[in-house]
Parts: sequence; C-alpha cells; structure tokens
Amino acid sequence: MSALVLNNLSKTYTKGAVIAVDNFSLKVEKGELFGLIGPDGAGKTSIFRMLTTLLLPDGGSATVDGYDIVKDYKAIRNRVGYMPGKFSLYQDMTIEENLDFFATVFGTTVQENYELIKDIYVQIEPFKDRRAGKLSGGMKQKLALCCALIHKPTVLFLDEPTTGVDSVSRKEFWEMLKRLKEQGITIMVSTPYMDEATLCDRIALMQTGKILSIDTPQNIISAYPENLYAIKSNKMFKLLKDLRQYENTLSCFAFGEYLHLSLVNDTQTTLNELNEWLKNNEHLNIEIKKIEATIEDCFIKLLNTQNANTGN
Amino acid sequence: MQTPVIKTEKLTKRFGDFIAAKELSFEVYPGEIFGFLGANGAGKTTAMRMLCGLSKPSSGTATIAGFDVYRSPNEIKKNIGYMSQKFSLHEDLTVMENIRFYGGIYGLSNEQLKTKSAELVELLGLQNETKKLVSELPLGWKQKLAFSVAVIHQPKIVFLDEPTGGVDPVTRRQFWDLIYDASDKGIAVFVTTHYMDEAEYCNRVSIMVDGNIEALDTPVNLKKQFSVNSMEEVFYQLARGAKRKAD
Amino acid sequence: MKQFFTFVKKEFYHVFRDKKTLLMLFGLPISMIILFGFALTNEIKNAKIVIVDYSKDVVTQQIISKIEASKYFDVERSLYSHEQLEAAFKEGKIKMAIVFPEKFNENLLHLNKAQVQVIADATDINTATTLSNYVSAIIGDYQIQLLKNKNVPMRIVPELRMLYNPQLKGEYTFIPGMMAMIMMLVCVMMTSISIVKEKELGTMEILLVSPFKPFMVILSKFVPYLIISLINVTSILLLSWLFLDLPVKGSILLFYAESLLFILTSLSLGLLISVNSESQQTAMFISLMATMLPTMLLSGFMFPIENMPLPLQTVSNLVPSKWFYIIVRSIMIKGSGFSAVWKETLILAGITFFLLIVSLKKFKIRLA
Repeated sequence: MSALVLNNLSKTYTKGAVIAVDNFSLKVEKGELFGLIGPDGAGKTSIFRMLTTLLLPDGGSATVDGYDIVKDYKAIRNRVGYMPGKFSLYQDMTIEENLDFFATVFGTTVQENYELIKDIYVQIEPFKDRRAGKLSGGMKQKLALCCALIHKPTVLFLDEPTTGVDSVSRKEFWEMLKRLKEQGITIMVSTPYMDEATLCDRIALMQTGKILSIDTPQNIISAYPENLYAIKSNKMFKLLKDLRQYENTLSCFAFGEYLHLSLVNDTQTTLNELNEWLKNNEHLNIEIKKIEATIEDCFIKLLNTQNANTGN
Repeated sequence: MQTPVIKTEKLTKRFGDFIAAKELSFEVYPGEIFGFLGANGAGKTTAMRMLCGLSKPSSGTATIAGFDVYRSPNEIKKNIGYMSQKFSLHEDLTVMENIRFYGGIYGLSNEQLKTKSAELVELLGLQNETKKLVSELPLGWKQKLAFSVAVIHQPKIVFLDEPTGGVDPVTRRQFWDLIYDASDKGIAVFVTTHYMDEAEYCNRVSIMVDGNIEALDTPVNLKKQFSVNSMEEVFYQLARGAKRKAD
Repeated sequence: MKQFFTFVKKEFYHVFRDKKTLLMLFGLPISMIILFGFALTNEIKNAKIVIVDYSKDVVTQQIISKIEASKYFDVERSLYSHEQLEAAFKEGKIKMAIVFPEKFNENLLHLNKAQVQVIADATDINTATTLSNYVSAIIGDYQIQLLKNKNVPMRIVPELRMLYNPQLKGEYTFIPGMMAMIMMLVCVMMTSISIVKEKELGTMEILLVSPFKPFMVILSKFVPYLIISLINVTSILLLSWLFLDLPVKGSILLFYAESLLFILTSLSLGLLISVNSESQQTAMFISLMATMLPTMLLSGFMFPIENMPLPLQTVSNLVPSKWFYIIVRSIMIKGSGFSAVWKETLILAGITFFLLIVSLKKFKIRLA
C-alpha cells in the first residue's frame, strides 16, 4: 500500500475563480522522500493542507496511509506530522516548553520518542531555556521539526522548511531529513529552491497548480531534450544580450557564473561559427563547455514549453 | 577612479553589549551590482538599515550618495530606492495607483510621472493590467513592478532585500535583467539573496559572518581564494564556522 | 485531561509573559475604579451647600451645627428666597440646599413631627445621592439622641427633592456598569485576540492536525480568562467596598454565580468574533465595537433606557451587559435575592447558550 495516493485532487478558491491545485495525481511509496518543487503560487501549501485534512478538496480524492482525507480525518490527524510554511511555534515560550507542549497535545511525552528527535534536539538543547522568538532561522526550523516529529508520525509533511534560511542551515536540514528517511518515515517536502530537488527520491515540478513533470531527479535531468552548453566571456551581460539575438540560439539564460545555451542546429560547425561570431562582437576569454542539465534547467525548459503551448 | 556612492569606514552598530555589525569598511561604485551575503543573524539587516539612514551607527563613518549618515539621513532617503520581499507595494491599490503613489512620494512632477509610468508599464508588459489591484498579480510580476517603482526616481543606489524569494526561475532571471538594466544606467545595486547562483551575477560580493565582513571580492577571485568551484562552497566554508547561530 | 492542563498552562504563559496583556488585564480595572472612585470622593468633600433657616430655634441650630461639623459640607447660612436658591443651583454654585420651615421646633413639640426640605442638584446623580444620604444620616442621628431624652416619639421628616432628575435613574450606576464593561473588555477582546493570534502564527494549523479535539482548544482558551475575570470581579468588589464604601448588600454567592454566567457570555462572544476574523486587528476592532459601545450606550449604565426611542429599547434587549447591569444593581445595591433577578438571569443564560452554539457551529475543524 502506498503512503500517499492523490487522485485528480483539485482545489479552487473564491468560488472557483482561482485554481490552486489542478487535477493532481501522484503516488508516494512508504519510506520515500518526495519533493514538491515549485515557486510561490504553485499550489504546494494547498496540497499539504488537503493531505493534512485542514482543507477539503473541491474535486478528486486522496488517501494518507490508506485513510481517506475527508472521511477518516481523525485517523490521519493521529498519525501525521506537519510543519506549516509559516514558522509556527509559540514565540513567548522556551524551546523546552514548546516541545513539551506539542508532545502533550499529541498525547505523548518527550521521553517516549526521544530517540527519534535526539540527533536534532542535541543541537538546540544548549539553548533550551531560550524563548523561540529569540532563535535564529536555522534553530527555529530545527525546533519546529522536533515538534512535528515528537509523536512519531508515519508520514511527515514539511511545507517549505528551508525558505528564508541560509544555505548552511539548509544543508544541515537536508542531512537531518536523510536520517529520518532511514528510520522509515515517509516524507513529503516542498521547496522553491531547485537545487534541493536532487536530494529527494522523487519530485514533482509544479507551476500554478499543475504538475509539469513527475519522476526521479535523474530521470527528469536525462529527459532534457537538447544539449546544454555553459558559456562565459569577459562581458557577461553583453553576452546574454548578444546571444539572445544570435540566429542559432534556441534558448539562453543566465545561470550562476555562466550562461546556459541551447542551439538550433546543434553541430560542431555551429559551435565553431558561434565562437567566431562572439569574437567579432568584442568578447574575450570565451569559454564554452557542454554540461549536464540541472533541475533548474529542466524547470525553465518545461515552463517555457508550457508558456508556448498556452500562447503566453 | 569614480567616486563611490557608498563609502563606509569602521561602521559599527552595538545593541548594549552585543555588536551586531563590527567595523564594516567597504565601497560601492556607480553602476556596480554589490552582493551582500551572510547567514541568518550575521548582521545584514542591521548594516542595511544603517546604510538606508534608518538607524544611527554607534561608531564609524558612512557616506551614502554623498551624504553623511549621521547628519543627513533625510537627504539619503531621497537618493536611494528600497525594495524587500516583505514590504514593497500596496496590495489594495492598482498597478497605476502604486506607480503614481511612489512617484509622488519621491517628488516627480505630473509630467515626469506620466512619461515615467507609461515607460514602466511598457517595459514590464503590464499594459492590460494597469487597472488591476496589485494583490491580483502573480508574485513574480509584483516583484518586478516593485523593483521598477523603487528606481522610478532614478536613485543613485537601490537596496534590494531578498527580492527574488519564492519567485520561479524564469521570472527570477527576468528580474535580474531589470537589475542589469538599472546598473547599465549607472544605478548602484546593493542586493541580499539566499540564492547562491545569484551571487555569481554580482560584480562584487561581500560575505558577513558574526557581524564582520569576512570576505569581499569578485566571485571569480573569491572562488580562487578559497579554491572551490562555486559561490555556494565559498559561502559554506565561511558561514559554517559562525558562532552566532542562535541569534 | 493532561493535554487540557498543559494547554491551560500554555495560555497562562502567554498572559504572564506579555507585559501589555498583563497591564490590560489587571491594570485597567484597578485604574478605572480608582480614577472614578477618587473623582467621586473628591467632589463630595467640601461640597457647597446652603442652609436656609426660617425657624431659627434650638433644634434647627443643633442640627445645623452638626451638619457644619461634617467634613463633607461647606456650609453657607443665608436666607435665600426660593428664586435665589434656584438661581444658585442653575449657576452650579451649590450642590444642595436644606430648608427649615418656620416653627420647626414648635411643630416638633406639638405635632411630634417636623419637616425639613433637602434639595439636591441631581444632574450629578452620585453626588446628589451621597450628599442627601449624609444629611439624612445626620438628621436621623440627631433624632435618636432626641428620642433618648424624651419619651414622646418625635419624627423629623427630611423631604428630599432631587432637582432636574427627580426619578434619580441610575443610582450607583457606576460600579455595576464598570463591572460589566471591564468583564466584557477583558473576556471578549482577550479570547478573540488569543485565538486569532494562533491563526496568524500558524499554530492553529498544527493544533487542528493534532488529535487534540478542536472543542478542547476552545475550552482551554476559556479557563485562563475566566479565572482572570473572577480575580477582576473580586478586586473591583474589594476596591468599591474599601474606597467607595459600597459593599454588596445581597448574597455574595449569588453575585459570583451571576458574574460567572456573564463571563461565560462574554467568552462566547469573544469566540464568535474570533471565528469570524483573520487578523488580530480585526478581532480587536470588532471586540471594541461589540463591547464598549453597546455597554456604554444601551445597557442603561449611562443613559436611561426608558427614555430611548422604541427601536433602541428593543435593540437594548440583545445587549448582555444590560441584563448583567440590572442583576448587579439589584444584588449589590438593593440587596435583592435570586427571586428578583431570575428573569434577567434566564435571558442572559439564553443569550450565552445561543452565542456558544453559533460559534461552536462556526468553529471549523478545518481551515477556511
């Protein structure tokens, strides 16, 4: 039995005017780390709220651990852990008080499931008498995770746990998720950071309530249709402008210190021509190399294809 | 050499015993895109507030757009633009009303307002949305509009506080196109971000750790200095040792 | 049960760790009572009164010197005419006039009964009542002395005249009214804000996803504010007894029972407001509108309901404070028992029940 099954799940707001989630279907197996990847407004939070029984769907159905999200909401509330997107702890209570509170609300004690949170809790334990409102983003996030885990849930929902958190804390956070996964907990996590996608077993790329693609990160990357070149010169912004005008450019966008470029007539001759053309356009120190696409490249590609199809 | 639009020397801010920003010294030049990175709690916000004339430094000097932060905070405010992820536009006003409002605040004449707003609407492709409430726009458009409004009075510097948080990768790049445009026009761009690929787009990057600027150079030189391949790794190496994580 | 207590404990953390909330909860009632209390007592000390003595005999002289000896009055003896008195009242120069008619002593000796006129400016109800009570007390005191010496029953009848507000509506209005207002403010505003705050923080999401029953969330929000309100009631009672010399005449137990009912009414109203608002500001604004205004305008505390146009009178029946106000006035001042207030109690209970049902129905087990 799959841990999560979503069948044409839909959610609209303001009487159908805003479609937040549009016919979502997917399965997540037990013990899987599944990522919902997409920008704000993709519908990630709505999905989480439906699966945690906080919102009723407008169409379709879904089960969590075999329980229906509408009928069996009480059973689901007993077995899931949830960390909402907005930081959600009591700011005027200390780390320890928050943890105790949530443990009791979920009908357990900190001691009972200490093993599960131990790895994470020891990192914040030295500050256990500090109020949650005075913690840094990374520490708040760890505390929130402890609170979501304290009742040993079978499925853990994490809505944008790393948003607004610096990259060091983000890295640490994903390490923790990996260890939790090893303990057999099914995890559904959402993030707007594309680079975090590869840390998931499988991902759904989403935009405005629709699934663009759903697969393992590696399969999504392999499915990238064209060759991708990283290119740079001494004048990056000019390079970007120039390449957008270039006749053989299929797509070109900035990507870190390089530009990522795909070509229409992708042959060695075209590449040589391009090199010449750039030199004639006052570019120096030109570097072109073939690279593997990243999830972000795939996302951009899928978005552009979708926009082309809908005529935007 | 051009005169810098931001010049600070040993700029420090204390809150009681706590030194939020310690002896910051750096310069930013016209048209430069200056990335201001740091872990949560490293003191970025404190530094940015001092530079915008919102908070008085405890010691040190700083000249912003030619004005002293102690003596002329109001002059500074007239010569800078500011935009953040959290605060930008009035959601309950239309696109055009927002443009007019901010233009008006910065003292643009009616005529300037007319040409400027027409220009801006066309640049952003918002011709059909001028009468829409800002709350109805997708996040990416809001952020682009917010940026354009922040530079409507052609400030010498624009401060951007995590401007692209949560924005999709395509719109994020369109946003950076706007930043490049502004920099081409000679506006200095002072930007914070959590996206490390965006750090690569900056001309120079500073990284704050525990209230100090631990590194400041071009992305290429920084990578060389730390012998790593990406800014991500540079940042990781520096911020990993931060002591002030709890704040 | 343990969950419930943990939750209640958490609510107390919130209350005690926020200085502003604390100040609002305890400072407000105390400062209001003291402020009003002092405004009252200050005015009554050295109140300007005029004594017109047409009789000028032994008895009137004795009574007048007793009144003069009191610290409450600043006495002027004169022979004002009726018109002159009227003018002095209108100009606000005097608070009260005492008129001894001619042949006071003679009447007392021969008819065993003499009348003294006590005229007070009743625009200021509290002062007028208090002053005339003092005068009555002094005269009554004198009468007892008189009776001790003689065997004949002699009666001095103070004939009270309350100028400008003869029915003297709203005697001792202030304590019962203030009590209703403070309890409304504390319970309605605090409950609604604290529930909405959880929505804003996002903690409500977690609580809803937990096995903790939504109904329990509400119940545990009620407990701390109920306790705090009872403390407030007690402190108001103590203050009014110590500072204003206004003890509860009726049964204290009944008084607390009725207060408890009213607190429940207010908590239910707060709950109803909280399920309908998404931000703390909205909750605060609605709470103020739903508590301050009706309590001040439509409870009879400041303006007599009998004098209002019919539509307003009808609306006033929906205001819980009106009923509580009537109940408190009866118990505290008139000393009435439950038989006198059972109707009002029933109405208040009805309103509470209705509010509670509606808000529980509207309180969702889900978001939005």
